[in-house]
Amino acid sequence: MKISKSEVEKIAHLARLEIKDDRKEKMVEQLGNILQYIDKLKDAHVGGVGFSSGGAMADNVLREDRPEVSPGPSITLANAPERDDDFYVVPRVVK
Amino acid sequence: MEYHELTIGNAMERLARREISSVELTSAFLDRIETYEEGIGAFITLDRDGALAQAEQADQDLAAGRGSALTGIPLALKDILCTQGIKTTCGSRILENFVPQYDGTVVSKLKGEGAVILGKTNLDEFAMGSSTENSAYKITRNPWDREYVPGGSSGGSAAAVAARFCCGSIGTDTGGSIRQPASHCGVVGIKPTYGRVSRFGLISYASSLDQAGPITRDVRDAALLLNAISGHDKLDSTSAKVPVPDFTQALDQFGKGSLKGMRAGIPKEYVSAEGMDPEVEKVFHHAKQVLEDLGVEIREISLPHAEYVVAAYYIIAPCEASSNLARYDGVKYGFRDRSSDDLMDMYKKTKSRGFGIEVQRRIIIGTYALSAGYYDAYYGRASKVRTLIAGDFSKAFETCDLILSPVAPAPAFKIGEKTDDPLTMYLTDIFTLSANMAGIPGISVPAGYSSKGLPVGIQMMARKFDEMSLLRAGYGFEQSIGLARKFPDL
Repeated sequence: MKISKSEVEKIAHLARLEIKDDRKEKMVEQLGNILQYIDKLKDAHVGGVGFSSGGAMADNVLREDRPEVSPGPSITLANAPERDDDFYVVPRVVK
Repeated sequence: MEYHELTIGNAMERLARREISSVELTSAFLDRIETYEEGIGAFITLDRDGALAQAEQADQDLAAGRGSALTGIPLALKDILCTQGIKTTCGSRILENFVPQYDGTVVSKLKGEGAVILGKTNLDEFAMGSSTENSAYKITRNPWDREYVPGGSSGGSAAAVAARFCCGSIGTDTGGSIRQPASHCGVVGIKPTYGRVSRFGLISYASSLDQAGPITRDVRDAALLLNAISGHDKLDSTSAKVPVPDFTQALDQFGKGSLKGMRAGIPKEYVSAEGMDPEVEKVFHHAKQVLEDLGVEIREISLPHAEYVVAAYYIIAPCEASSNLARYDGVKYGFRDRSSDDLMDMYKKTKSRGFGIEVQRRIIIGTYALSAGYYDAYYGRASKVRTLIAGDFSKAFETCDLILSPVAPAPAFKIGEKTDDPLTMYLTDIFTLSANMAGIPGISVPAGYSSKGLPVGIQMMARKFDEMSLLRAGYGFEQSIGLARKFPDL
């Protein structure tokens, strides 16, 4: 399936990406080619076939919900681009 | 023998006998890297001081009789494995200043066995690529011919092993990223069974497919590294609670009975695959004969859904990537674009400037395939096709122990040759994607050279958790074909 420029723009917004105008056309064309190739999947007979999401073991993994000591803000926030003591600083959210 | 010629196995023996010291060995690699790295570009970060300190500690431990399995052995790690205190970039601008506060489990296991970490190797950004041309930092060149790519995404690791910048390396493989660069660089690579090796601290690309594994000069070294990194980890609930054998036993198994009794299947769908290079076919044909001479019974098998593998993979992997990479939002860690005072604008500018074009492309494909109205047609369908692909393998393994194939349809291509055509690049992954989709292990072993002198490997795949068969057959093959430890002159 080909994809339109406006669809690419909409998806880019959902993904919080901004595609520059000079790149847009090429991106639309390349995505179109890839999606057209992927259309092959429509030929596969998947009626009655279950969904698989990977994993080596078929069993579920459960554990007790026990609190453990957390690393604390000095570790957790060590790579923050901007912080104020133990808080992340972000651009204003509410205007 | 010069220091850089030592494999992990050789170096372990000499260190244990105190014929060499880890400081000597480590210094020799660091000097070699200094001399030749500029022409190869295998590393993003070198940790000279840290490596020498670890080597000194290793020498003290060895002198005190406290040596472990890898004490004093210099290794290089793909820059997607978190290393405490050492920058881990994933080949991306978005993590250019990211310094992990903890070691990934693979890293802590290697350190626990006494390994010396020389540095972090180059990769396609977030492991998305087959040529290591998608790194934000540098291009890695194939040590056999610098005009050619080393393969990818673990191209820095494979090039570092081929250039003998380290005794061995750890790469990661989501769709062939260990096996294909190993093949293109003439070294050994193993993608273990999904769940064999913990993914904790392996920065996620596609979580249901990612797996770390060894890239080494020979099969014995691969077994030694696999011993060190395998095992259940409570920090990764998808790591499997299965016993970890001593993988070097595979070498003894070969010694005792050659490969008699092993059955290998060649998928008929692979033989007729599009874009097969005649030189690769020739190497593969010869490899088949070598295995037959060792007693392997070879038969034709069928993987009826092989034609859908590339399409299904390039839905599933981008879908998982689009979800995993949403975390890079300029708030918690990594790069933030500071030109905006609006939150939405900050997100968009951070991601668009922080991620390279291939990563953005895959995020868009994944977001599209998961978006309302398309989910069933794309992700849902691809996940069902994945079930069919895994079923093909289960059926095939009823009548054979190994599945043989080329690693890639052609030898390494020239730098820049495919960068403009992502789909063509994706199609070169045809033989390696299935092992990730089915969760089974695969090995790439050097098998010959193209007329231009570029290495060509063969791939063997086995049942889940049967890395032992891969190592046994790989070792036998390596001993018989006589290519073990041939390396390029730098």
